[in-house]
Amino acid sequence: MDSPLIKIENLTLQFKTDEGLITAVDNVSFELVPGEILGLVGESGSGKSVTAKSLMLLNPGNAVYSPESQITLTIEGNTVDVFNLKSASQLKVVRGGAISMIFQEPMASFAPAITIGDQMVEQLLLHSHMTKKEAVTHSIEMLERVGISDAPTRFKQYAFEFSGGMRQRAMIAMALSTKPKLLIADEPTTALDVTIQAQVIDLMKDLVAEFGMAILFITHDLGVIAQTADRVAVMYLGNIIETGSVRQVIKEPAHPYTQGLLNAIPKLERLDEPLTPVPGDIPSPLDRPPGCVFHTRCSQMIEGKCDTLVPSRTTLKVGHTASCFVAEGSSDGEFEAVA
Amino acid sequence: MNDIPLVSTKNLSVFFGLGRKLFGERQVVRAVENVSLDIPKGSFFGLVGESGSGKTTLGRAILRAAPITGGHIKYNDGEVDYDVATINKKQLKDYRKRSQLIFQDPYAALSPRMTVRDIIAEPLEVMGLTSSRRETDERVREMAAKCRLNLEHLRRFPHAFSGGQRQRISIARALVCKPRFLVADESVAALDVSIQADILNLLKSLTDEMGITFLFISHDLSVVAHVCDYVAVMYLGQIVEEAPTRKLFSRPRHPYTAALLSAIPSLDPDDEQDAIKLEGEIPSPLSPPSGCRFHTRCAHVQARCQSESPQWRKIDDGHFAACHFTDELKL
Amino acid sequence: MAEIAPTASSSAADLAEQRRKEAYFTAGQLQLIWARFKRNKSAMWGGTVLISLILMGVFAPFLSPYDPTISGRDKEYQNGAPQIPYFWDENGFSLRPFIYTSSRTRSAKTNFRWVSQVDKDKRRFVELFVRGWDYYFIDLQLDIPGDAFDVNIQLFKSNLHLFGVNEGYIHVFGTDGPGKDIFSRTLHAIYTSLAVGTIGVMISFVLALIIGGVSGFYGGWLDSILQMITDAVRTVPAIPLFMALAAFIPDEWSAELRFAFISIILGLIGWPTLARRVRTHLLTERSQDYVLAAKLCGASPGHVIRRHLLPSFTSYIIVDLVISFPYMVLSETALSFIGLGLKDPVNSLGVMLQNVTKTDVLLNYQWYFIPVIFFMALVMAFVFVGDGLRDAADPYSGHK
Repeated sequence: MDSPLIKIENLTLQFKTDEGLITAVDNVSFELVPGEILGLVGESGSGKSVTAKSLMLLNPGNAVYSPESQITLTIEGNTVDVFNLKSASQLKVVRGGAISMIFQEPMASFAPAITIGDQMVEQLLLHSHMTKKEAVTHSIEMLERVGISDAPTRFKQYAFEFSGGMRQRAMIAMALSTKPKLLIADEPTTALDVTIQAQVIDLMKDLVAEFGMAILFITHDLGVIAQTADRVAVMYLGNIIETGSVRQVIKEPAHPYTQGLLNAIPKLERLDEPLTPVPGDIPSPLDRPPGCVFHTRCSQMIEGKCDTLVPSRTTLKVGHTASCFVAEGSSDGEFEAVA
Repeated sequence: MNDIPLVSTKNLSVFFGLGRKLFGERQVVRAVENVSLDIPKGSFFGLVGESGSGKTTLGRAILRAAPITGGHIKYNDGEVDYDVATINKKQLKDYRKRSQLIFQDPYAALSPRMTVRDIIAEPLEVMGLTSSRRETDERVREMAAKCRLNLEHLRRFPHAFSGGQRQRISIARALVCKPRFLVADESVAALDVSIQADILNLLKSLTDEMGITFLFISHDLSVVAHVCDYVAVMYLGQIVEEAPTRKLFSRPRHPYTAALLSAIPSLDPDDEQDAIKLEGEIPSPLSPPSGCRFHTRCAHVQARCQSESPQWRKIDDGHFAACHFTDELKL
Repeated sequence: MAEIAPTASSSAADLAEQRRKEAYFTAGQLQLIWARFKRNKSAMWGGTVLISLILMGVFAPFLSPYDPTISGRDKEYQNGAPQIPYFWDENGFSLRPFIYTSSRTRSAKTNFRWVSQVDKDKRRFVELFVRGWDYYFIDLQLDIPGDAFDVNIQLFKSNLHLFGVNEGYIHVFGTDGPGKDIFSRTLHAIYTSLAVGTIGVMISFVLALIIGGVSGFYGGWLDSILQMITDAVRTVPAIPLFMALAAFIPDEWSAELRFAFISIILGLIGWPTLARRVRTHLLTERSQDYVLAAKLCGASPGHVIRRHLLPSFTSYIIVDLVISFPYMVLSETALSFIGLGLKDPVNSLGVMLQNVTKTDVLLNYQWYFIPVIFFMALVMAFVFVGDGLRDAADPYSGHK
């Protein structure tokens, strides 16, 4: 078993705001091995984006990390404690070097007044020892690799001259040109048309196979995850409530929230069934429910238990964990609390 | 279901001028071109397309919220009967009472400086539909209750609410004047999946209860499949296929529809999707391809497709498509 | 729809928390702005200073012991240093603050120059609420050229002043050349500058609202034409304009009329910046979904403007107004300083500074600069308050 590429333990993050201290991420732990695609799924307010940004310490200044939080990067035998990185040159290792990130809105990620080519070259010059000429050649190659036709011409164009799908591809090219070990993709296909989305997803899978990197794929779209990811972690209001392989979580969801979420998705194969939403509304982050964060909307809640005690992560089957008293009770495998 | 459709567009075109290129011709975006569509009374009609398809423009043109370049829009709800494209001011005022729009972005659709009560009451007040403040308040409360907003919420401002709640306020505002025809422009696209289901159920129950005809514009085929009775698929300003929902999804007759359907990621990880990969990007509506507009990306393209525009052909009961080879293709 | 799951015990703290949240949810725009403004320390300090200065200006006649014009001068104490009241000196303690008597003599010994002598034994006691020179609370006298129309409003006569001395004069900030009390003049100058600023800002504001409003709301060719006019007015250089005006103003005009005229002219050239801001706000707000929603109900343009557009940029406009103020004040000061603006007896900071360019003053009579401190405070206070308002005025930013 490969040692994990990145290991997140007990990550807890709060934001200082006018309204008080808001908990965005609560005791989140997971890990990624090289070559694996992990899907981080959740609705708005689940904390998935914030978690991803923590890996590169990209959160705004009012973010307060708890002292137990730990993020450890292992590259070619060397371990790096991300929270210990202080100076800009140290952070450079992580940001854009070993880890790259692509975002939902590619228009917002590219500087509008600089050509795409210049931005890609700048990225390469910052993170590698290439000469400018080498960087240009390598960038054009990457553009071709992601399926942008007529790459040498496109290289000299500006972001607004690209269509949405092409911009996303260019962003992938830019992110991958430094050969990162981990690619964080934050809702990369949400803003794309469905036919373009299919193309981009295929591209990402090919690149993973070719470059051997890991992808942390953040999205709210379980369909995309089902077709792309190897493993899934489901988040709700800052907690990871279920993890497992894609098959386990989607075909045998253990946590009531996952079950509710899967039921709410309109499926083409089941046009006769009515849509069943998860009852209630997401509580405001200022009002985190005591005990299990989901209990206020859970139809299977156990009175006296779920509203006062916080469920710990229990293993239901090999590789399949859930933080839920109901799931614990109904699992027939042995259960051990995962610290 | 009545035979006379509530809304019937004939050869509707909406073009936008973009200003001149230096020394060149005036650039024109042909957002909607030559669209003929019949929306049956009482139905939940889906309009599907990707970016550049013109679906939003079509929806707004039907409501007279976009300039109409050519064609007709016949509106007939049993009480009135006119051509929306050529009505006078007085008829337009009347049309406004009968037709409303629900927006996509719940954060931009509500005036941030008005209380929820005032937001919902505005159509009543502007159109003079009530005679006293008490009557207005009563109707507001009634509509708010139907959308599951309680009395306390009425006193608050939009910044106090989540996306799903704001969308419910939007719906209450659209329905308070008891319209006959509603257009929902990507109204659930910005919402989380579970809230989306909630809003869709609410919309369906309200429109059934109030007998409203609904034009549901979306890019999300799965959602449309669940809630709509009929679906029309648009590509680059034109309708390429139209059918009752089940028929469209079980047996699409246009290559674009088939490609759209296969591109939807399946929830079953073991499902070996042989997705039809559409090559290339969506062409710009500034210069759409000649002949059949889809020919640049179609897997079954032939020489005829480039030179000749396909006819709108009836395939079956209620099922139409615009493709030269609907009979031969096995999609 | 259950926002908060009811907890087992609702303590008083929980109830207070509920009420606070409810207050937040039902807070209108102005209440939210005020709540945020209060939290900004520098803005609150600025606000306090600003309000104090405004009150000082408004109540200037009451607070000033002497008439700031030539008729209130102290011939005995010209170019005199500030007289600070003492409580204690070598002759003993006194509960009532006092100042010394100074007299001046001229003799052959001193080459017939005035020489001042301070007599420490003769104390003059400071008294509160003394009766002094007459003034009116509301005093508006405008002698408009031509006989048709003259404004002459004088109401609420009084002669009560906050403080004075039992004998002679007290000059807290000293006196100038002819012997006018600088303290009284400073307070009246604050009032004048604020008045000029107010009139100027009001005129700019009305013009900016109309022109910027029409421009932003209708767009199209009307907008283009109005923008050209706006830019043209903006390029008018102030100093040559005022030089021309200074030459044009006939000498017969009274000081008050001159004052009104200067204020109006400042307003007339100050509107372009504000108009541009109004137009920008309108252009953004006009394309918002909620405006379209109102139009789809058949709302008239008037309704859309009143209920949607105006409230949405009221907060920005308040900020713009407060920030325009110091520019008006400074413009008037600069113009008066170089002699193109107001003249005696109407006094403003600019007028008071007309004399400071002489070396004599710089070397010997430094107290002439005391009013400058007041004006720095006034302008800085406006800036802090304006900045604080601007920060507080967007309560919806970051709330999604």
